[in-house]
Order: sequence, then C-alpha cells, then structure tokens
Amino acid sequence: MKKLSARRRHPLAALVVLLLALAATGGLYAAFAPAEKAQADTSAQSLAIDEGKKLFAVGCSSCHGLNGQGSSDGPSLVGVGSAAVDFQVGTGRMPAQQPGAQVPRKKVIYSQTEIDQLAAFVASLGPGPVVPKEEAYTPSTDPAVAGEEISKGGELFRTNCAQCHNFAGQGGALTNGKYAPSLEGVDPKHIYEAMQTGPQNMPSFPDTTMPEEQKRQIVAFVRHTTNDEPNPGGLTLGSLGPVTEGLFGWIFGLGLLIVVAIWVAAHTTKAKKS
Amino acid sequence: MSHDTSDNMPEAHDASHGAVATHGDPFADPGLPAHEPRRTDIDERAAKRAERQVSLLFIVSMLATIGFIASYVVFPIDEIVYIFPIGHVSSLNFALGLTLGVALFCIGAGAVHWARTLMSDHELPAERHPIEADDELRADVIEQFKTGAAESGFGRRKMLRNTLIGSMALVPLSGVVLLRDLGPLPEQKLAHTGWDKATPQNPIALVNMNTNKPMKAEDIIQGSLTFAKPEGLEEDAEDFQVQIAKDALMLVRIAPEDIKDNQSRELGFEGILAYSKICTHVGCPISLYEQQTHHALCPCHQSTFDLADGARVIFGPAGHPLPQLKITTDEQGYLVATGDFDEPVGPSYWERPR
Ligand code: FES
Repeated sequence: MKKLSARRRHPLAALVVLLLALAATGGLYAAFAPAEKAQADTSAQSLAIDEGKKLFAVGCSSCHGLNGQGSSDGPSLVGVGSAAVDFQVGTGRMPAQQPGAQVPRKKVIYSQTEIDQLAAFVASLGPGPVVPKEEAYTPSTDPAVAGEEISKGGELFRTNCAQCHNFAGQGGALTNGKYAPSLEGVDPKHIYEAMQTGPQNMPSFPDTTMPEEQKRQIVAFVRHTTNDEPNPGGLTLGSLGPVTEGLFGWIFGLGLLIVVAIWVAAHTTKAKKS
Repeated sequence: MSHDTSDNMPEAHDASHGAVATHGDPFADPGLPAHEPRRTDIDERAAKRAERQVSLLFIVSMLATIGFIASYVVFPIDEIVYIFPIGHVSSLNFALGLTLGVALFCIGAGAVHWARTLMSDHELPAERHPIEADDELRADVIEQFKTGAAESGFGRRKMLRNTLIGSMALVPLSGVVLLRDLGPLPEQKLAHTGWDKATPQNPIALVNMNTNKPMKAEDIIQGSLTFAKPEGLEEDAEDFQVQIAKDALMLVRIAPEDIKDNQSRELGFEGILAYSKICTHVGCPISLYEQQTHHALCPCHQSTFDLADGARVIFGPAGHPLPQLKITTDEQGYLVATGDFDEPVGPSYWERPR
C-alpha cells in the first residue's frame, strides 16, 4: 500500500485512473444495456417511422415539438399527413430558415429517402392526406386526351388559382409581405400536394371539392403554360401584365424616343469651311 | 458647280447680331454663334444625294407597308417559329410588327433627314417684349370698363345681378344630367340575386363551381376554399355571366371559436361561411384568401376583408363588408341557402340602403 500511495503523485496516475473508470463504465453498460435490437419490429414501415423519428428529433423538433405536437414556434403536425411533409421538405421550405411572413422555397437538404422517412413518422401521428401516386399527377401522354386535359385544367385554374398565382402561373403579392410563388418549374407532384394540403396561407382544395382528376388537369395546364406554351408576341416580360409592360414602354420606348430626339437636335451636319 | 458656291457662302458672323452686353460682365450675352453652312447648302451634289437618301427612306417605307400587307396574307395565323433572342414567337405577329415598325421608322427618319440636310437652317432670333400694355392704354381700358359697368347698372340693379349669377351657377348642372345619362343607376338590380327565391321552406342548394354538384357540409374542410353558384344556374345559360357576377360565392370554414362576429357565425353553418365573391369597392371578383389569417384580398385595389370578423374591411378603398349568405343543411346534409343576401352585393351606389 505504501508503494501504491507513493505513486499517487506520479504524473501518469490520473490517466491510469481515468482509463480504469472508462473500462468499468463500458463493461457495466454492455452487461445491463436493454437488448433493443433484438426486440425491434423489423417491418419496413416501422423502420422508416423509426428513422423518421430520429431525423425529426434532430431537424424539426425544436419548433414542432419532440412528438410533432407543436409549440409556440411551429404548428402541430398531427393529422397533416405525409403529403404535407413531402411538399414542405421536398421543396426545401422546411426546415424553415427563419421565421417571417413567408417561408420561401430553397435548396432541399434531405434525400428523398429521408423525406419519405420523415413523412412516414409524421403520418404515424394522425391520419392526413397521403403522398399521391405518380399516375395521380402525371398528365396523359395521348395527345388528344392531353389537349382536353389542358383546356379543362385551364378553366379550373382560372376559377381556383389564377387570382393568386396569376393567369400564367407567375405568382403574385398577398398582404403583409406574403406572396403566392411562381409555379414555373415546380414538380407536378408538389403542385398536386400543395392543392391537397394548402401550405402556408394557400387554401387547400380537398378531393371532396376538387376531385383528383381535376387536380391532374390543373397540373397538366400549369406544366403546359409555364413550360411549353409559345409566346406569340415574343418577350413575355415575365407575363406579369400591365406593370412590366408599362415599365418597359416608359423606360425603353420613351427613353429611346428621347435619345433620338436629343440626337436629332444636337447634331447638324455642318460643312467645313475651306 | 463651284461658280455659285461663293454666292451661297454667308458672310462671316456679324458681331452686332444680337445684343452683346457691356465689357467685363461675366454673364455677358454671347449673342448667336456664327452661322455655319451645311455641306448641302454649298454643294449641289451633296444636296442631290441627300434628296435621294430621303426618297430612298420613303421608298423603303412603302415597300415595308407592302410587306405588311403581304405578310398578313402569307403567314398562317398559328405558325410558331424560333427567332434568336426573342424565343418562340408567332411568325405572323413578328412579320407584322417588323414591317409596320420599319414603315413608320423610315417615314420618321426620312422627315428628320430632310429637315436636317435640305430645309433652311438659319437661326432666327425672335425678340421678347414685355407683355404688359402701356399705362395710357391700361387707364383707357379701366375707364371703359367702369363706364360699361355704370351703364349696365350691374351694381345697382341687384335683382339682375343675382339672377345672372343664379343662371350661371345652374348651367353646369346640365352637364351632370348628361353624365347621369351614362347609365341607369342599378336600381334594384344588385339587391336581387339568384339567391332571392330561397326561403326556409324552399331552400336553394349551393352548387360547387368545379364539379357542378351540390356539396355536403363535411366536404368543406378547414383551410379550404370553394366557389359556389346557386342551383339551377347553368354555365351555358344565356345570361350566365350577368348572373354569376352577382351570385358567386366563396365558401370557407373557420373554427367556430375563431369567428369574432356573432351574427356572422349564425349566418354560417358549423363554421362554414358563405360570402359574396364580389368586391364592395367596384366589383372585382375577390378570392385571394389567406387560410391562416382569414384575410381575403382584392387584386384590383387591395381592399382586404377579414372573413373571420364578418368580412370587415381592414384595408383599402372598399366601403362596407362583403355580404354574407345565410346557409344551413337540408335533411340529406347538403348545403343550402335559406334566403338572399341581406344587402345588395357589389359596389356602393347612392340609393344603396346602407
Ligand atoms: S374592386 Fe376590390 S378594391 Fe377595388
């Protein structure tokens, strides 16, 4: 004992004690830890829910609460369904960058697998709209049917959507800094999900008032107008209507006329006196 | 050609031309600059060339006009072509725009070129004089005015004066009457809509504008927006546009405890509220509905209505809230209206009850 206590002051003594303590804790944990793995349900769905729960705890729980019950910083996610998660996370709106009038679309930081896992977890909290199947939002490839779909979709778009998103889907302003985003380049699935779930201040258009088929027609119309439709007059100026057109007319049209007028008045061909 | 050149050459600038202020004044009027002849003034060949250029521009304009007419005939109306910086455009529109543009531009350019090279370019000073008349003349006019006033007895004969003022004041009223002629006042037209036949005994069903079918209360979920028209109004009806401009409804569902206006809550059914879609400012269709704030915004002049508070105007030029329709459900659970709007829909007008 004397020897041992004499070495108590050895510079490495603290290190030795630390190592011993660590080894003891590790051993005890190995002996008593709950045998979690062995008991876990291995069906794909609950695995996804489990994974989703972990992702949720890291990425979403600070606002929506550990169990998605909501907090003062974020709404409850019980019953929003997987479609809402797929839309919000799939367009990069969630996780939100900062609080404000509108959460903008930005770079997506989760892979589609992770999004599916998060969606599975949120869907397990309560029933809600589910992510649509691909055929629900894929416009027909048969040209005759496609034409019909586009024209029906156009009618529906003008009744239900154009007031906020503009007749050409270019988006527009709402109150207090909120806005309806442009629909250009938006994934058909996300357009469909937005109608289903009503993200942010957009009202929803549930299947009960706008059947699935009509949603597909609207998607077909939006894709057509924002992607393929030629512009007979050239230069759309953003398809925003009188604002940009007026601005263009004033600045470029009148500006050009003024420049010409100045040029006409400022230069007169004088002969060199020789 | 040089024989007449010297005749056309003006003399060197005459220093006495224009008033030159006293020596040493930093702001002295420098007078007119020396007149310099243009090449076309002294060289007949240059003048001829300019003449040809101007005519050429006019001829190009004529050709462009012919091109305009030709392209109108030649290009099919639905042909789309790719033109580099502009993108996909209609060939017809492009050709029409280009030719008309060239035709107009060349007339303008020709006229400018003509004025600059061939029309006389001598600077002509025009002296400015005070516009006041001299004292003698003024005194004379004032004298004449006084005599005239005294002779007319305008100041003395009060009745004459007052009736004259009266008649002058009334004349503009004829203009107002003419303006009134611009259109009949709406009279009772806005007070009666397609819903006015509805009574509790004879309710009118609310028909979904998308599906053309009546809806059940449970179809309208919170946060959704639905547009409706009265049963029996068909889209191919001759007066559909006239009717829908008064009958259009927007249906929202707000949690009953969030509805701030008691009367509004009672007009609705379990939180489903049916508001007129027609803005009370000048009658645009409004439906920019924000489902979290329950604000509806009009795209025309930004009037904002709080649908959770009886569609009260919270911003913008609209004068009064959106009319609300009393709705309920029938035995099968379909949404129906049991009466007309309690006030006229759409914009304000003089005879409006309130
Ligand atoms: S018409 Fe709605 S604000 Fe003017």
